[in-house]
Amino acid sequence: MAVNAVPAGGQHKTDVVIIGAGPIALFAVFELGLLDLKAHLIDILDRPGGQCAELYPEKPIYDIPGIVEVSGQGLTDRLMDQIKPFGPTFHFSQMAEALEKTAEGWRVTTDAGTQVEARVVVIAAGGGSFTPKKPPIPGIESYENTSVFYAVRKMDRFRDKIVVIAGGGDSALDWTLNLQPIAKKLLLVHHRDGFRAAPDSVNKMRALVAEGKMEFHVAGIKSLIGANGQLEAVALNNKERGDYQVAAEMLLPFFGLTMKLGPVANFGIGLHENLIPVDTEKFETSEKSIFAIGDINTYPGKLKLILSGFHEGALMAQQAFRCCRPDEKLRFQYTTSSTSLQKKLGVL
Amino acid sequence: MKLFVTDRHGKVHELEARKEWSAMEVIRDANLPLAAECGGACACATCHVYVEGEWKDRLPEQQQQEIDMLDFGVAVEENSRLSCQIKMSEDLDGLTVTLAPESL
Repeated sequence: MAVNAVPAGGQHKTDVVIIGAGPIALFAVFELGLLDLKAHLIDILDRPGGQCAELYPEKPIYDIPGIVEVSGQGLTDRLMDQIKPFGPTFHFSQMAEALEKTAEGWRVTTDAGTQVEARVVVIAAGGGSFTPKKPPIPGIESYENTSVFYAVRKMDRFRDKIVVIAGGGDSALDWTLNLQPIAKKLLLVHHRDGFRAAPDSVNKMRALVAEGKMEFHVAGIKSLIGANGQLEAVALNNKERGDYQVAAEMLLPFFGLTMKLGPVANFGIGLHENLIPVDTEKFETSEKSIFAIGDINTYPGKLKLILSGFHEGALMAQQAFRCCRPDEKLRFQYTTSSTSLQKKLGVL
Repeated sequence: MKLFVTDRHGKVHELEARKEWSAMEVIRDANLPLAAECGGACACATCHVYVEGEWKDRLPEQQQQEIDMLDFGVAVEENSRLSCQIKMSEDLDGLTVTLAPESL
């Protein structure tokens, strides 16, 4: 699928900047596009689809009107096809970090330095940004970015170090195999002698253990020992050995992703229990020309359903048009009968 | 049918469970803080609970899907379960669980 994803760091101007690239954000591109409004989308994931792509790409969805059954990935692919005529621009693997008012509208800045200026902001961020789960081990935060990392950006950081990897998924196993050759010592710690990771990786790991090239501990991590951000040991516990310690300089916990509201909480928009209250006519927030659609908004009777988010996007687009084109008259048309809409869709 | 839930401050909540509902749905319906991000699809491990005492052996056996998903749970113990995969029934009247700590 050809996706117009642009490198981080640029400066852009558009009609509407959408925070999120899940199904609701994607369909909003369609509704905006019918009204000739251009959109840029910012998402922390490296691909479109949001929860549909990250949490349940293979699980079936049965309540999309007119589609008897579709997987999370299948729905994402269909939406991407549907919005292709409108050429949205994607900014992936970035988190919308700051929102400022400009003379003409808003400027959104990401944690990768990308800036998008737009008349309208649409927050379609679902349950928030997907961020790595942090195990609730006392004091772990004081070791973050010195000894504890939730992702490997530079492998060299782990060279000649005693590395402990925690987890049983593909990330844990893949990084075990990748870092084992360069680490001074590598230990994999998991709560059971079984893995959700690909069997091939598990077999390779077990072979390394059999050859004495690494250790595998069936155990839980109870605490961290060290000082000034430098890890010295990890305290483990299991049935056989009870409490025991292993020397460690680096810890990489890999427990998948969770959703955190993140910087949106500091955008100056009214919040209620980590959700954004909106009206049900325009789905506008407490700030004019900032809208919230999908799982992240709240209003009386709200249902967190994909179909509700689609409806919210359609109504939002009407008001977004009025914000972006104050001097133009909004013409309500049907795709079935309007030749001008059909031209936009490329079907005429 | 009762479901007893100890929250993360140690307070015990006595909830009225309904047949066929998952324990996750009962807990969420009582507005206790359980993320349950994926909404019950066994796809996120954020409805993680510890099953107390003898209940661990009285629950129906875990499906492989739940066992695998618990690999993404934090602070997993021997009595860890995903509450979206526990379907309430008369046999489970009085089930006692504790909400597991969340990701920081």
